[in-house]
Amino acid sequence: MSMKVQTRQVDGITILDLSGRITLGEGSVTIRDAVRDVLAKGSNKILLNLGDINYIDSSGIGELVSAFTTVRNSGGELKLLNLTKKVHDLLQITKLYTVFDVKDDEASAIAAFTK
Amino acid sequence: MSDKLEIKDLLADSTTSRVTFTLDSSLDSVNKVEQTAEEQAARAGFDEDTISHIAMAVREATVNAVLHGNAYDPGKHITASFETTTDSLIIRIADQGPGLNHEHIPDPLAPENILRGSGRGIFLIRNFMDEVNFRQLHPGTELTLIKHRTPAQPGT
Repeated sequence: MSMKVQTRQVDGITILDLSGRITLGEGSVTIRDAVRDVLAKGSNKILLNLGDINYIDSSGIGELVSAFTTVRNSGGELKLLNLTKKVHDLLQITKLYTVFDVKDDEASAIAAFTK
Repeated sequence: MSDKLEIKDLLADSTTSRVTFTLDSSLDSVNKVEQTAEEQAARAGFDEDTISHIAMAVREATVNAVLHGNAYDPGKHITASFETTTDSLIIRIADQGPGLNHEHIPDPLAPENILRGSGRGIFLIRNFMDEVNFRQLHPGTELTLIKHRTPAQPGT
């Protein structure tokens, strides 16, 4: 039921591989803490890999938006990678799909960050 | 979790039924109601996408009841009822909170709200259900969520 986060570094970009559910009381706080940790360590280029996120609720969507604005306000960039159909559809419905920079493959996502 | 399951009118005919829960104001309750919604929607013959939309709408309504309505107050309960008729799946979620003015909920798609970290729950409920009605209780709020069963589905 809960969400897991694994952190990797590729070419100066911090990739957070998320799996499970991003919902109120489960993944939402985990994402917030993970993004804060990355920023606290001095990195502000973050790629959230959502390929193994099978469920997200409005709280989880809100948390993605908050992560996006937090990183942007710190002068950094946050992009999304590998959306599942469910997450993709929800971002479309909520008109957030065009707010986020969404990528389908890791290499082009990494290349798209400002160097 | 001190939940109470009350099967008021579970008919032998699987196409019509009613089940009501009274539950604590907790996230466990949210998960339980969501899971029941999924089971009831599957039983009513909805397709996979619609089942997940109904379950999500019900989750959002239950989160609102637990979090915004009852504010996790251990002295307050939520009730969730699921009624399957020949025409529809009707779900009612009620809390004992201070009430909700649903006419003054900001539009989450408006440019000034698009980057807000919350406020999308009722929007999603309205998106996924055919009908959404609010009723003021004394105290509390009851949301009625209705999804119509189409004639093509079995059991109708």
